[in-house]
Amino acid sequence: MTRRDTLAVVFFVVVAVFFVFSALMMRSFGPSADPNDTDYFNAPMDDYIIDNTQSEAGANNGVTSVVFDYRGFDTLGEATVLFTAVAAVVLVFRRLKK
Amino acid sequence: MSGMSKIVKTISNVTFPLIMIYGLYIIAHGHLTPGGGFQGGAVVASGCAMILVAYGSIWTMGKIKEKNLSVLESLGALFFIGIALFGLIFGAVFFNNFLADGGVIFGDHVISGSTAADFNTGGVLPLMNFAVGLKVIAGLFAIVLVMAYATTRSSGGGKE
Repeated sequence: MTRRDTLAVVFFVVVAVFFVFSALMMRSFGPSADPNDTDYFNAPMDDYIIDNTQSEAGANNGVTSVVFDYRGFDTLGEATVLFTAVAAVVLVFRRLKK
Repeated sequence: MSGMSKIVKTISNVTFPLIMIYGLYIIAHGHLTPGGGFQGGAVVASGCAMILVAYGSIWTMGKIKEKNLSVLESLGALFFIGIALFGLIFGAVFFNNFLADGGVIFGDHVISGSTAADFNTGGVLPLMNFAVGLKVIAGLFAIVLVMAYATTRSSGGGKE
């Protein structure tokens, strides 16, 4: 294993640990594990976003503030997927045209 | 595809501006009403695809090249990442909403609760909606245009 590979593995482990810890520190969301819970869809994550989206993101549309502000990385990934699709289609069909 | 009848072209001419207005409205009001950059961009790209079907891919390719659409799409992507990086510079983190509640542009204060819609709010959300809208319009229309043009050439159709 070269020095560059070792560096890459160390960087990967550090980033993975960072992501796992940040995932563990998130507020709980989704339906609770207890099926008899009457407070079924009232998770802390939903409450936080509904309460704070107008003061933090300054938008009346909570969905847009989640998509572009709270969860912007996911939208960046979606945009990358679209970009890759367009690049691949143009590449393939440009060859076909000639 | 080499264009359809005069009836289809006329109906397309009539409905095309309405579709454009509706799609751009969805993009512009993404931070207030349901919808946003992706949805409005899909509506506008569908309107452009209708023009492509009605007039044929050769005519459409003569009006707008897929190279220009690729440039527009890349511009949208760069604009999007640029706003996110500005959040890193002016705010604390990547994708920070540094314009919200700042009073500069799109920075009006929003009272919590059920309020009337104010267009001048949202911080970076409207700008990102415009960026993603530009990206989706150019991207989807480039895909449809290139596929239609390539299949027209290879199948020997398109007598015009």
